[in-house]
Amino acid sequence: MIVAEQKPLNEQKTLIGGADNVLVVGCGTCVTVCFAGGSREAAITSASLRMATKLDGNGRNVSDVTVQRQCEWEYLDQIADQVKETDIVLSLGCGIGVQAIAEHFPDTWVVPGLNTTFLGLPSEQGVWTERCAACGDCVLGLTGGICPIARCSKSLLNGPCGGSEDGHCEIDPDTDCAWQLIYDRLNSKNKLDLLLELQPPKDWRTSRDGGPRKIIREDLRLVPEEE
Amino acid sequence: MTEYPSNNGYLSGSTLEKVLRAGHFAVTGELGPPQSADPDVIKEKAALLQSYIDAVNITDNQTAIVRMSSIGAGTIVVQEGLEPVIQMTCRDRNRLAIQSDLLGAYALGMRNLLCLTGDHQTFGNHPDAKNVFDIDSVQLVSLVSAMRDECIFQCGDKFKGIEPRFFVGAAAAPFADPIDFRPYRLAKKVKAGADFIQTQLVYDIPAFERYMEKVRDLGLHKQTYILAGVGPLKSPGMARYMKNNVPGILVPDEIIKRMTDAGSSWAGKSKDELTKEDKKARASAWKETGIQICIDLIQQLRNIEGVSGVHIMAIEWEEAVKPIVEGAGLYPRPVVEQPAAVT
Repeated sequence: MIVAEQKPLNEQKTLIGGADNVLVVGCGTCVTVCFAGGSREAAITSASLRMATKLDGNGRNVSDVTVQRQCEWEYLDQIADQVKETDIVLSLGCGIGVQAIAEHFPDTWVVPGLNTTFLGLPSEQGVWTERCAACGDCVLGLTGGICPIARCSKSLLNGPCGGSEDGHCEIDPDTDCAWQLIYDRLNSKNKLDLLLELQPPKDWRTSRDGGPRKIIREDLRLVPEEE
Repeated sequence: MTEYPSNNGYLSGSTLEKVLRAGHFAVTGELGPPQSADPDVIKEKAALLQSYIDAVNITDNQTAIVRMSSIGAGTIVVQEGLEPVIQMTCRDRNRLAIQSDLLGAYALGMRNLLCLTGDHQTFGNHPDAKNVFDIDSVQLVSLVSAMRDECIFQCGDKFKGIEPRFFVGAAAAPFADPIDFRPYRLAKKVKAGADFIQTQLVYDIPAFERYMEKVRDLGLHKQTYILAGVGPLKSPGMARYMKNNVPGILVPDEIIKRMTDAGSSWAGKSKDELTKEDKKARASAWKETGIQICIDLIQQLRNIEGVSGVHIMAIEWEEAVKPIVEGAGLYPRPVVEQPAAVT
């Protein structure tokens, strides 16, 4: 899932600026599951902004609504009337949600209420960790299902470097060394020979380095019927 | 392809390569460029190392702290008549920058290269920087070997004209985790084309002997020259710090005890009781013992089959290199024919 966390209230307050009517828009998918921008968080944010602006002596009208997915037009259509009436939208979606709102409602100013952090999972209750860098050319088949691009601090393909100690990465004792995990996993599966191969430089074109990415599936496209 | 008759079959014709190929026990050192544009710092350090070592590593923004570039400082070192080993990390440059810098370095007279992944920028003075890590150290070794041996850039394009003929080195961390994989990671670097290896600091000889046994089992000592890393300790505190805080460095208690004992004359006194002279005398006693330990380590390393030389890391203590090399019986350094200049 996409993992995000809330921006501090003060920053959210600064972002809404002088707007009198504010609509906080939550998202019912990824950011709900990571407790950053679901309906509950949208309601709390909305109430917090009402209180904070009131305490400042300039109380704003802040309301909230949550859609199933901010990243799909059909769900955004459902809040078109509310968006029309507000001065500003504070999106509690990920960065995709914020941009979808900006694109779908070009007349409305939209600001982000979250920082989108990574693609990951809840490794335990209350802890989320990064798992995927969306590099566009998956190497997990070589590394026992543990991603060195997302999880090694240096994205090494021929790791581990000399900074691996007692299973953690030298940059932080709370960060696992991805290559220790890979080594242990391949060792337990008698597949250490995979680590002896020289992995060539990665083709980063499929990653962000190749510019903004797009997938076109002609088989799924709705082609206008020929007249 | 340009022919170099003077190379006589050498890969690079560097002094370091010639010393190793002739079967001499090689000695390399380390020179950290200044955090300024001052060429005199390089000249002063080079003068201290000159004639005691075969080549000197010039670090590349070590520990991710901005310093004069390795190639810039290396150029000054070449002018001073000392042979540099250019260190190149993958942290700050992508494959385009690496290749163009290496073409420039060769044109400026550099002949040895140490390929490193590079310390993460978290450790340095620009922790908010974006890192690169387009390629890793193993891939860098392959890349420079292919530029030299096949005249191709990493993209596969062949190039004409003078190819950069570097003596290609890589690092090894014998005691880092997972320790069982370390000889195999070295094998990967050798397979990628590493002509020589410089190891992380060795203080624990039995542990290094165990590592070298596996290295010999894999036959790696016959395919590359392995230079064991050594470094003089300045104080018992430095020894304890390295033991406890630096990944991949083992410092046996016996060595910490030798360092502690060296300062025993001042051990009973509290910090406030020590005069300036006391502190000076104690520092000097520690340093003397640190140098002696380093000499002892070199003598033990020399007896390990497959060790072709030592890499003395005495950064910001270049004065220590002379007594270490002399004390270890490695002075004078062998004289080999000087590398041919590029024309």
